[in-house]
Amino acid sequence: MKRARSSRLVALFCLGWLLFSFPVLSLWDRDVSLFGLPLFPLALFLLWAALIIALAWLMERGES
Amino acid sequence: MNLPIGLVVAISFAYLALLFGIAWYGDRRARQGRSIISSPWVYALSIAVYCTAWTYFGSVGRASVEGVWFLPIYLGPMLAMILAWVVVRKMIRIAKTYRITSVADFIASRYGKNPVIAGLVTLITVVGIVPYIALQLKAISAGFGLLTGPSDPTLTEASVTWWQDSTLYMALALAGFIILFGTRHLDMTERHEGMVAAIAFESIIKLVAFLAVGLFVTYGMFNGLGDLFGRALNDPAIAQLMRFDHGATPHLYSQWFALILLAMLSVLFLPRQFQVMVVENVDERHLKRAAWVFPLYLFLINLFVLPIAIAGLIHFGPGQANPDLFVLSLPLAEGARWLALFVFIGGLSAATGMVIVESIAVSTMICNDLVMPALLKTRRFRHRRGGDLTRLLKSIRRLAIVGLLLLGYLYFFLAGDAYALVSIGLISFAAVAQFAPAALAGMYWKGATSAGVLTGLAIGFGLWVWTLMLPSIAKSGWIATGFLDHGPFGLALLKPEQFLGLSGLDPLTHSLFWSLAGNLIAFVVVSFYTRPGAREASQALLFVDVFDRSGGSEPVFWQGQARVDDLVKLSERFLGPDAARRLFAEHAADLGASSIAALEADARLVQRVETRLAGAIGSASARVMVASAVDEEPLEIDDVMRILEEASQLRAYSQALEDKSRSLEQATEKLKRANEQLKSLDRLKDDFMSSVTHELRTPLTSIRALTEMMRDDPDMPTEQRQEFLGIMVAESERLSRLVGQVLDLARIEAGHAEWHNSDVDMQAVVTQAVGSISSRFEDKGAVLEVRAGSHFKPIRADADRLIQVLLNLLSNALKVIPANCGRVVVDVVEDDDGVTVEVADNGPGISLEEQAEVFDKFRQVGDRDQHREGTGLGLPISRQIIEHFGGRMWVESEPGHGATFGFYLPRKQKDDSRAETQRLGERQ
Repeated sequence: MKRARSSRLVALFCLGWLLFSFPVLSLWDRDVSLFGLPLFPLALFLLWAALIIALAWLMERGES
Repeated sequence: MNLPIGLVVAISFAYLALLFGIAWYGDRRARQGRSIISSPWVYALSIAVYCTAWTYFGSVGRASVEGVWFLPIYLGPMLAMILAWVVVRKMIRIAKTYRITSVADFIASRYGKNPVIAGLVTLITVVGIVPYIALQLKAISAGFGLLTGPSDPTLTEASVTWWQDSTLYMALALAGFIILFGTRHLDMTERHEGMVAAIAFESIIKLVAFLAVGLFVTYGMFNGLGDLFGRALNDPAIAQLMRFDHGATPHLYSQWFALILLAMLSVLFLPRQFQVMVVENVDERHLKRAAWVFPLYLFLINLFVLPIAIAGLIHFGPGQANPDLFVLSLPLAEGARWLALFVFIGGLSAATGMVIVESIAVSTMICNDLVMPALLKTRRFRHRRGGDLTRLLKSIRRLAIVGLLLLGYLYFFLAGDAYALVSIGLISFAAVAQFAPAALAGMYWKGATSAGVLTGLAIGFGLWVWTLMLPSIAKSGWIATGFLDHGPFGLALLKPEQFLGLSGLDPLTHSLFWSLAGNLIAFVVVSFYTRPGAREASQALLFVDVFDRSGGSEPVFWQGQARVDDLVKLSERFLGPDAARRLFAEHAADLGASSIAALEADARLVQRVETRLAGAIGSASARVMVASAVDEEPLEIDDVMRILEEASQLRAYSQALEDKSRSLEQATEKLKRANEQLKSLDRLKDDFMSSVTHELRTPLTSIRALTEMMRDDPDMPTEQRQEFLGIMVAESERLSRLVGQVLDLARIEAGHAEWHNSDVDMQAVVTQAVGSISSRFEDKGAVLEVRAGSHFKPIRADADRLIQVLLNLLSNALKVIPANCGRVVVDVVEDDDGVTVEVADNGPGISLEEQAEVFDKFRQVGDRDQHREGTGLGLPISRQIIEHFGGRMWVESEPGHGATFGFYLPRKQKDDSRAETQRLGERQ
């Protein structure tokens, strides 16, 4: 279980790194707004929130 | 005047006093053993000391100039915390096991407790961190100036000038406060529970204050986020801040990458982060929650950065007010003075939190890794035995704190105005990032050597000074800027900001690239070409394999002779008499020794003393002191290998011992179970014996009584004599039948019965059985009906035994059916796998409870009258026979509606099922 958690964390780290770097980042960098909010900052914050949720899920479940 | 100076000063001091109260309470609870910081939430909040005045004021400043580019500083920690459970947990385990108290100690300890490395790391830290402290002073002073200055924010910059002198007093006041805070303990402990509690409290204040001003600006001054961003997007100058690429600068992605990497390394190796995350950690399991709560904190505190920056730009117009202070000037402009005061207190929280932890951490490093080694070099100090040095240690730390803050003030005074807050902070980050190769590789790569670390650190630090630090000083106007434009001595290739002709990167990315690349390459290459010494090799093993060595089997890399007396004296000098006594008492208790005097000064005790000393004066100094107090034999690389082998052998032995004891336990358990089984079998046998004897006695008693009567009465009439003899013959037959059945059952159960297996035609078996008993049915006036098809496939079994079973069932049925209207039906049904035979009667039936025991030995159900004929062994024997052939036997009945006994015989007997029945038979 401990092994499995470590490898999942490393995988999540790689995913996070990918999401916050070129070229994935450039996907959001356009002159569009969503619900009146500019897309680029909105996307960054949403990705960030998703990473926090994924991390919390990985850390909190399983052996207490 | 916005707010009276006296009021702001008074509230600020009241706030500091509150902090002190919290710290005092935290320390008191810690001494009572009821820690208030032992919670993952408090731990996560204390890690949020990452958010300094730099975040609080500077993020908005950066966002108003560079838009979303304030974010990488917080995305880096987010990514780093994903790996916290892997990396930080290892750092915590190492630091706790070897009592490591600072990042300098961590690196030095890994590379053979090398004092030169410790000194170099400390030096880099001091040089790198001073601008960061200056930044906090600048933030507080600027905020204070704005809050108490003229209400027109455009005049802020000018109004700071007159306040500047007071910043010195503020720095000194903070120094005094920190001294009270962090170094007031008489016993030297490396952990500061009260401080952590206060820092966690500060983290709450700064978050609440920042969210408050964010909500006020967004919903009080504007109509929510939609309104704010709508107006921003209409203004092209502001709208471009929402985009990644807002200027025409090349290599933007590498800058973004560099910032994330920088922040990632900083959150691990900044002295204050190492202090709260590793040294002050109470329980490494807290990391599990803190790993996501801390990024969540960063997320929340950054939510309103862009809205506030945009609001400031819209409200004041671009370039009209200092964007670093928007959080204060916006509420002030709306007349919300109390909110502004609260926001200022939030900023004060952010700044003081950083300064407190940073200066405590760095002062420990200065004391342990710069001053102590220098003192230990002096002969007089080393050879002076005895005398309590804890006071000296504390004084050194206090002086270091004052010195740090004064240096910070100096930097602020010299260079403070030249840079925005964020740029100053990044200079510090880049210095601290130099520790990453040595520290990270040290935890995972045993081949890293101290020579590699020294070379890497020196080159990295040198490049940092040349490409980032010196230019920043030059740009402040304190040294000539000629070398920036033309290179030193006209060597254009060495220009600090276009080193080796590399151009196009911003100064930070440029410097980070050169310093980290130089550092890493030198570190790896030199490590490849140098051999670690014995002490280094042993420390490498202890660090890299720290998770394998929990428990009592870790190797002790020390050899020589020592005297307990010397060790006690040494400990008293640096730990104080009380702590020293506790240390030896603990060791005595662990070994089960009666007193300290009974202790033997073996390697384990020496190591324990050294580890404890390392907590007080750093591992490098502790090494020197222990070496001077005992008679050491030099450690060779062969010794390290030998000790390691002994330890692993010891571990293997203890592992084997554990395995053996576990298997013994299992064997004991098995034996116990077997014993239980034997006992119950024994009981069953006794029951069986008593049942058998009881059953034998009944006919015997009646035979004896009748014979006695015939003996005593010679004149008995012949008819009566005949009648008695008839009874005696019947009883004898019953006896011999009983004995025969007992023998039969015993043989089957023991597996000694003879089986004459052949291919049996079930129809023939039924016909034969029915034929031999049908006359008795006729005598009783009952009907016996057989419903069977023809042409059954043969079954491999013993025909005589099957007939025996059928006869048993039929005669049982015969006993229970009523006279003259009895009816018994034999059903034979064949399917693909086997044959089912059922014998149904119309007797009184059997109740559910009785059904359960009808197959037990000597258990006869129904009327007592019918018992005379039976032995109570017929059904058990029948079931044994059926089970021998791999089948099963059952009874179905409803009281009042007759009973049906049936059995099923499979055509193919599985070998294992047969063996199973065999074994079952033996057991019963």
